[in-house]
Amino acid sequence: MAETRFGKAIGQALADAMRDDPDVVLFGEDVAVPGGPFGVTRGLLDAFGPERVRDTPISEATIVGAAVGAAIGGLKPVVEIMFMDFCGIAMDAIVNQAAKARFMFGGQCSVPMVLRTPHGAGVGAGPQHSQCLEAWFAHIPGLRVVCPSNAADAYGLLRTAIDHPDPVIFVENKSLYAAKGDLPENAGPIPLGRLRVAREGADVTVVAYGAAVGTALTAADALAADGVSAEVLDLRSIQPWDEAGVLASLAKTHRLVVVHEAVEAFGVGAEIAARMADVGFDELDAPIVRVGAPFMPVAFAPNVEAAYLPGAAQVAAAVRRTLE
Amino acid sequence: MARNAKGGDAASAADRDVELLELYRRMLIVRRAEERLSQMFADGEVPGFIHLSIGQEAVPVGVCAALRLEDTLASNHRGHGHALAKGLDLERFFLEVMGRAEGVCGGRGGSMHIADMGVGMLGANGIVGAGLPIAAGSALAHQVRRTGGVAVAFFGDGAMAEGTLHETLNLAALWHLPMLFVCEDNGWGEFSPTSRQFTGDLIALAGAFGIDAATVDGNDVAAVARAASKVVAAARDGCPQVLRCVTNRVHGHYEGDPQRYRDPADLETLPNHDPLRRCAAKLGADDVAKVTAEVEDRIAAAVAAARAGTEPDIARARADVYSPCEAAHG
Repeated sequence: MAETRFGKAIGQALADAMRDDPDVVLFGEDVAVPGGPFGVTRGLLDAFGPERVRDTPISEATIVGAAVGAAIGGLKPVVEIMFMDFCGIAMDAIVNQAAKARFMFGGQCSVPMVLRTPHGAGVGAGPQHSQCLEAWFAHIPGLRVVCPSNAADAYGLLRTAIDHPDPVIFVENKSLYAAKGDLPENAGPIPLGRLRVAREGADVTVVAYGAAVGTALTAADALAADGVSAEVLDLRSIQPWDEAGVLASLAKTHRLVVVHEAVEAFGVGAEIAARMADVGFDELDAPIVRVGAPFMPVAFAPNVEAAYLPGAAQVAAAVRRTLE
Repeated sequence: MARNAKGGDAASAADRDVELLELYRRMLIVRRAEERLSQMFADGEVPGFIHLSIGQEAVPVGVCAALRLEDTLASNHRGHGHALAKGLDLERFFLEVMGRAEGVCGGRGGSMHIADMGVGMLGANGIVGAGLPIAAGSALAHQVRRTGGVAVAFFGDGAMAEGTLHETLNLAALWHLPMLFVCEDNGWGEFSPTSRQFTGDLIALAGAFGIDAATVDGNDVAAVARAASKVVAAARDGCPQVLRCVTNRVHGHYEGDPQRYRDPADLETLPNHDPLRRCAAKLGADDVAKVTAEVEDRIAAAVAAARAGTEPDIARARADVYSPCEAAHG
């Protein structure tokens, strides 16, 4: 067991995947010589050479389109879109090409590519470098969407994503890159669609993913001091998401709160709440409560950005609502 | 105005009758297949939208004559010629365009998204310009995996204003990709002439990226085949190439488009530039008649077989949204 930073664990997963499989290639803006805007890919160019680790021009649409062609051609490309906000330029390649190729060509091919991209506010990056847009992709049949909360999961989920035959959108909260966590020495792949119980509890289920898992755990600590036992579930992957796992926890606690940093309206939380209101109706003793960002862009001013981010106090207040 | 580019090369090996006859035969398969589709569409036998490439057959046939099986191509919405010239089976073609379960894509793609990975046909595409980066990625796979293959992007002049063309030219030049850009310049982008859509010049544009570019008479199949053989060889060596083929779109943007925006006098001149008519003029009448009878028999047989195809079911379609290895990959 070694203590590793979140960003470093991602770099380790990339290195191990490239070592194990010569078809894994890496390309994106500034990923090779500069080592990535957050240093995640540092050292990979030296380790694997310029044929497999490539800087691209600033051409997001073509980066992702080329990944689709490369994946159909037998490579396992891992591309990076520097900020999730920039996916807007690449949406055709993601939505109309990567997501649909297997289906519309009658299962003739897979598109085994990974698109890594950072989301999240809290670093003063402003309206166009801070959004959490994962719900866009979770809404598209054919895409997998993964969002780890800690270093060990980032490693294991990325190893799975790279070997996965379907296109995977791998979302990294940029506020987590420097976070330290334990990475087991023999860490292996972690399957998609299986949640992790981050904290066991009996009174209420709190579902979260990515950096919001930390927020939920902080809230659970505060609630415990008041005698409320919250079970915190880390979804790990959003598409597919572990419906059975959430339902099992709900059957124990009978109360549900869903937390994410993305804006609350029309988000991942809405899907989870709607499904649990359906398949979990008989288990519910209280309304399902969502916690997400307000319906507004992220502001630059530090105080407004801080007020925008859903915090532990909001999660605790949501939990208390379910207990009223 | 009907369009031909000058193609004054002296007759060469590719002009020899037997080879020319084979090129003619391949063009005629595309022509007769599309004429048949036009009729079947009018009869309600083919659903959805179709975009015919009648008048442009010399381009896919001439270019694909220079390709190997392992070479790949990304196509566009007007892709029947690309699919058939690359070797897609005629019967599975009709089955697909008719939306049948036995179609090459299980009836999921239809005309606008037809693909056959087995012959390196990476897909027609409903999004203008989207095939260009896909071809670049395929070229990257050829390069990294040392397949010796070339990737071709077929695009129309209507795609010249799409950013993906400009981005992909740059990437292909930067990475020395084994890639060929083939522009089927028919003068029209959807319902508007290219002159009202694009102020640039493709040859100059390629030159700005340091990419070799040539223009060929896209209605002269032998000229296209000769030019293709040269540019494919250069692309195979890691020098991306642009080949602009000047040709004509005879039918509308989509089948059923009455083309009220076109000058009737201009449409009347198009048969003079017909690539099949021009090719046939260089062949013996007996050869042409024999090939015509053979192709018509093949089309009739393929259509008859396709009519016996079955309707796909939604459960089978849903099963192909994701890979089947759920247990292994979760």
